[in-house]
Amino acid sequence: MKKIAVLVTLGLLGLLVIAGCGNPVPTPVGQQPAVSTSGLPADAAAVATERGLSQDDIYAALKTYTPSGQLDPYIMIASGGQSGQVLVIGIPSMRLLKTIGVFTPEPWQGYGFGGSGNKILAEGDVNGKEVRWGDTHHPGLSETNGEYDGQFLFINDKANARVAVIDLRDFSTKQIVKSPLAINDHGGSFVTPNTDYIIEGPQYAAPLGWEYADLKDYKDKYRGVMTLWKFDRAAGRIDETQSFSIELPPYWQDLCDAGKKVSDGWLFCNSFNTELATGGIEDGNPPFEAGTAKNDTDYLHIVNWKKAEEVYKAGKTDKIKDMPVIRLDTAIKEGILYFTPEPKSPHGADVTPGGEYIVVGGKLDPHVTIYSFDKISKAIAAINEGTASKDAYGVPVIPLDQSMEAQVELGLGPLHTVFDDKGYAYTSLFLDSAVARWTLGGAYQSLHSEAAWTLVQKLPVQYNIGHIAAAEGDTASPDGNYVVALNKWSIDRFANVGPLLPQNFQLIDTSKPGDQMKVLYDMPIGNAEPHYAQIIKADKLKAWEVYPVGTNAETMQKDPNAITSPDQAKIVRNGSNVEIWTAVIRSHYTPEHVNIKKGDHVVWHLTNLEQTRDATHGFAVPGYNINLSLEPGKTETIEFDADMSGTFAFYCTEFCSALHLEMMGYMLVEP
Amino acid sequence: MKTFFVSLFGPDIRVELPDGSKRPLNDYLLPNAIFTIAALLLMASTFLPYWRMTMTAPQYPKGLHVNVYVNHLEGDMREIDELNHYLGMPVLDAGGQLERSFALVAIVALGLVLAASVFVHNQFAALLALPVILYPAIFVADLYSILYTYGHSIDPKSALGSAIKPFTPPLVGVGKVGQFGTIAEFQIGFLIAILAVGVVLIGLYFHRRAYKPVVDARKRLSQQHAAETTTAAVNA
Repeated sequence: MKKIAVLVTLGLLGLLVIAGCGNPVPTPVGQQPAVSTSGLPADAAAVATERGLSQDDIYAALKTYTPSGQLDPYIMIASGGQSGQVLVIGIPSMRLLKTIGVFTPEPWQGYGFGGSGNKILAEGDVNGKEVRWGDTHHPGLSETNGEYDGQFLFINDKANARVAVIDLRDFSTKQIVKSPLAINDHGGSFVTPNTDYIIEGPQYAAPLGWEYADLKDYKDKYRGVMTLWKFDRAAGRIDETQSFSIELPPYWQDLCDAGKKVSDGWLFCNSFNTELATGGIEDGNPPFEAGTAKNDTDYLHIVNWKKAEEVYKAGKTDKIKDMPVIRLDTAIKEGILYFTPEPKSPHGADVTPGGEYIVVGGKLDPHVTIYSFDKISKAIAAINEGTASKDAYGVPVIPLDQSMEAQVELGLGPLHTVFDDKGYAYTSLFLDSAVARWTLGGAYQSLHSEAAWTLVQKLPVQYNIGHIAAAEGDTASPDGNYVVALNKWSIDRFANVGPLLPQNFQLIDTSKPGDQMKVLYDMPIGNAEPHYAQIIKADKLKAWEVYPVGTNAETMQKDPNAITSPDQAKIVRNGSNVEIWTAVIRSHYTPEHVNIKKGDHVVWHLTNLEQTRDATHGFAVPGYNINLSLEPGKTETIEFDADMSGTFAFYCTEFCSALHLEMMGYMLVEP
Repeated sequence: MKTFFVSLFGPDIRVELPDGSKRPLNDYLLPNAIFTIAALLLMASTFLPYWRMTMTAPQYPKGLHVNVYVNHLEGDMREIDELNHYLGMPVLDAGGQLERSFALVAIVALGLVLAASVFVHNQFAALLALPVILYPAIFVADLYSILYTYGHSIDPKSALGSAIKPFTPPLVGVGKVGQFGTIAEFQIGFLIAILAVGVVLIGLYFHRRAYKPVVDARKRLSQQHAAETTTAAVNA
């Protein structure tokens, strides 16, 4: 009996071990057990139970899932950070719709591999040097009367102080401008309410004119240079001849925003190195991280850009490297520049929808400080030249008690603020890894039921939120409903794909008032590190479905070398110059044989004759580093010297039809 | 009642027939009015599509359509021609070019001929109305021949031309070509043309009702006259 008992026990133990060694079904980590799936159809309830979905999860899924064929009501335009690109994302589906090549060549779009993109990328060359990446930060959608109009998009490159213009008829880059005076920017691209100017604010100070100067001359020689780029809407381009710069003290200006409505004509930038710290940890000096945070306050820059425009037009500028610059003394004398203190080493300057207030995030101070434009204008009007307090450069300083409206303690690391239609403001808290919802006062008091200037909710986000975006949230009339947290660190949110982790965009439901914000969806960004995003109503975007036949994408007009039928395809030889006109249509190129001699200079025009949506063809010439994307109707021109002899099969690189493989031709370069 | 209308719309005019009997003028105006309506319907039909071919496939969520009018084509011809080139079929515009070039003039002529029948006071009015009556049938026959030509002009040098047998796209109903479903339907313009034919037939009925007595009366009179003459000749 005892023997049998022992055997049975051992057998049971053995079975347990075997069972334990089998692969269990992985259960989601950190999920609550399914709660009350009653009300769901039986098969849906079974899925919820099996996947461990909570009530909140089911709600979030219903709020974000977008069935095939249904379109997103909002489109988010996000910068791509060091990818040098711009991302286009649908809201609330959080689906990546498109990547736009801006400062970085992008072969799928045929951007930078032989077509018109090469010329645009070259506009961003720095002193003749090719710089083929960018650190894109803040997209700025064009505005009319303080509302997004869906026509143009501007984006800055922090690393090289460049601004690009993207045409939203075809979502592609049309122009890059490079300031001759600045080597980096940060406060760009922010537009004035009717897109008269695109503001490019500086960051790390450098000697004016981008000269050389030793750091011991920091106070006297180093400056910040803000550029106001004039936008010519009819031409769809920045007009460099009508643009000008303003010299600022080397306070490391940070983020800018244009005033609107009551504050139209003014712009505001925060700064964070009024300490004039110059680092030098290797020499025993405080490093920049400490040196710039020493003072209790830095300066909010208050700039009258309308006045600056008049000063520029009156010619009261110095021309430095062909750029008219309003010197600091002139700016002070003409009443263009004012300061007011902002604690402590702040980040972000965000103007409320009616333009009444400017919100500055404390960064190293747990408050947001709200300035009243009404108070600021009164203080400016009352400035007495003799008794006004000034900074080290002579800029008038408005005392904090004369400009500040309120302060709200939110938490650790307040950075950026956006707004909704219920009188709420949303500020990102980097160190607390949370989004703070708080109430505005004044004209916004009637929109919400809580007290003015009060924190309402702190919603944890995962993790370390940088910028924040709200639906039409930095315009004169925000929509509410959605906020997106642009989190910098994803840590454990996604499957491990190696040491370089994606960022995490989190969609937040802000449709309910009070403390009812919820995180709805995590979207990994695995190809970029976005900084800021803007969210526009999808029906404001009027993108073309196809190009009219023969359109040059750079000019968006008829290309003089366009052809409208394969009968017009031809090869013309003029000595060693060969010019080719090729018709591109399913599933063949006309001509299919291109015979040239080594050393010939080739100019090749290709026109896609299709007018059906999505009938895009590619065109690659192997060995010559050429790849074009020819959307329906588009004409592109490439130019190269045939310095390599041999046999080259050019072919269509964009899958176009059942006979796509057969869509090719031979370019024969005779030695 | 009758006197009320008479007092409102004017004195009652009567037409005197060859045999002396009288009939109301309106009996003779009615067929003219009906023929006029028929002619107008015929003109109107030219502004509307007569026939439509729809092609459906997964890649074309909205489908592809060609609307055939008497003098032009409308619709996704560009894309359909593009797809047809793989099969070596001619472009859509190549079919019925001659017919489309004179269609409007021909239809106006048909209308005029119909109007002319107003002046024919016997059974030969039907002859002048005949072209209009035959017109829808002529249209259908011509359309069939155009479709036949399309399907039997396949270029053997094209990509897939040698792989398919000559065929005739259907005149009416559903079919299949490759991955495309086809739906052929007659449209409002053609139905109005048929309506016009119906109206002409109604007009011919009233025309007969009005003019048969005239023809009969004339016949009786000439018989009478012939009999009198014969009697006179016999009696002489």
